[in-house]
Amino acid sequence: MEAPKELRYSQEHEWVLVEEDNLATIGITDYAQDQLGDVVFVELPEPDTHLTQDEPFGVVESVKAVSDIYAPVSGTVKEVNTELQNTPETINEDPYGDAGLVQVEMNDPEELDALMTAEEYERFVEEEQEDADE
Amino acid sequence: MTANRTPLYKLHRAVGARMIEFGGWQMPVHYSGILAEHRAVRTQVGLFDLSHMGEIEIAGPRAYEVCQELFVTDIARIRIMQAQYSVMCFADGGIVDDVLIYRLTEERYLVCVNAANRTTDSEWMVEHNRGRAEVVDRSDEYALVALQGPRAETVLSRLTSHDLSAIRRYWAAQGEVAGVPTLLARTGYTGEDGFELFVPAERAEHIWQACGEAGRAANPSTGLRTGLVPVGLGARDTLRLEAGYLFYGNDIDARTTPLEAGLQRLVHFEAGPFIGSEALRKQQADGIEKQLVGIRLEGTGIPRRGYTIWSEQTSQRQVGVVTSGTQSPMLGVGIALGYVAPSGADEKRKRALQTNKAGYVDASGTPLAVAIRNRHIPATVVKPPFYRRS
Repeated sequence: MEAPKELRYSQEHEWVLVEEDNLATIGITDYAQDQLGDVVFVELPEPDTHLTQDEPFGVVESVKAVSDIYAPVSGTVKEVNTELQNTPETINEDPYGDAGLVQVEMNDPEELDALMTAEEYERFVEEEQEDADE
Repeated sequence: MTANRTPLYKLHRAVGARMIEFGGWQMPVHYSGILAEHRAVRTQVGLFDLSHMGEIEIAGPRAYEVCQELFVTDIARIRIMQAQYSVMCFADGGIVDDVLIYRLTEERYLVCVNAANRTTDSEWMVEHNRGRAEVVDRSDEYALVALQGPRAETVLSRLTSHDLSAIRRYWAAQGEVAGVPTLLARTGYTGEDGFELFVPAERAEHIWQACGEAGRAANPSTGLRTGLVPVGLGARDTLRLEAGYLFYGNDIDARTTPLEAGLQRLVHFEAGPFIGSEALRKQQADGIEKQLVGIRLEGTGIPRRGYTIWSEQTSQRQVGVVTSGTQSPMLGVGIALGYVAPSGADEKRKRALQTNKAGYVDASGTPLAVAIRNRHIPATVVKPPFYRRS
């Protein structure tokens, strides 16, 4: 499993890339896409939708499963990756690259403190896998 | 309770298959990915481990009589080495299981049953056999491996001297595959040509590896390789749904009858009486309250088991529930099976009742809607199979 150092991670397996001017791109992690399997459908909010931290804001569907996407931070949607509607497989192929789902303008950057670093997230996933194996 | 493992469990783990528990068994759900595996079966050939399925033998001079009571089909129609799709019913007409019956000899039938129902089925058979035939659960003796797809015959022909072209669909033969005594059945659950190989459990690894090697070998005259891949239960489910096959536990169960499930063609009252025939005769006369239909989505979205079905996009009237659904990998649209009230076409329904169809109406073309996250997505009733190779 890959987890780039520059990102922050949620317990629901979303990643956040913080850019300048309180802008943040949100996606799902390599671990999340691997657990889902082939992604075939994505449902994302419209621009200007307000997201609340830890609340679901979209849906990713693989062949077998439906999975809610939770907002790792609160904010207003500025940009939506509409390409994913035609090429949802990008989420499997490049979860941290072209598969960012939305870009939001954060209203409380301190919410980032609640998220995990790459190292913390890797440990979190290991523990989750151990629980699953028992 | 820990889940059972098939004789091929170690080989699946060794190639990194994702495992899930299914019907009390640890089974591969996918190897390379459901979509890639699905497409391989539609265009080349896939290799399946189906050793979780149960095999129950009914044998002896009175085996025919016992089978005729247990199953709704006409058992006399099964010739030696022929296979027949059938269902067993409870006395109230609900379905115990759907099965394939292989007639091995004059007096010996091998019934291939769903993994999750193995114990229920064998107890049910023993109870109703009342000592007349020999009913033996041979599931642990057999491993079941399937080759499915347009290249299945090519691959299998590299492993056997048996004339495969002589085995027609829903027929079988005893032969040798890779030196192992095998029941070669030209049956499957994918909508493609293919074979199911019943082999001694202790030779399962040998057969699996031999099929794998034969499936990746090059054709000596063209030099082209056959693209065989192992296929897990994930693609098995999407393949069977595209082909319109029912899945016990989802589309049929103890609370559905063969008449409701659109399996009218299987029910042969004149061959009986069979267990459940009285209840089904009554249902046939009274008419069914629900019927299983195929549904194709006209809008975007993926229908899933449990989603509600509505009479039209704007209507507030729920008419049914989805029992199986997916996005068809070949068609790229949502497809589903579900039970709906057989209303709408009253005249058609009356005619259907008069023609012994229990009121089962061909509703093809009827507009419906499937509720996906509180949105009604337009859909149309279609007659399965959803996908057929052109």
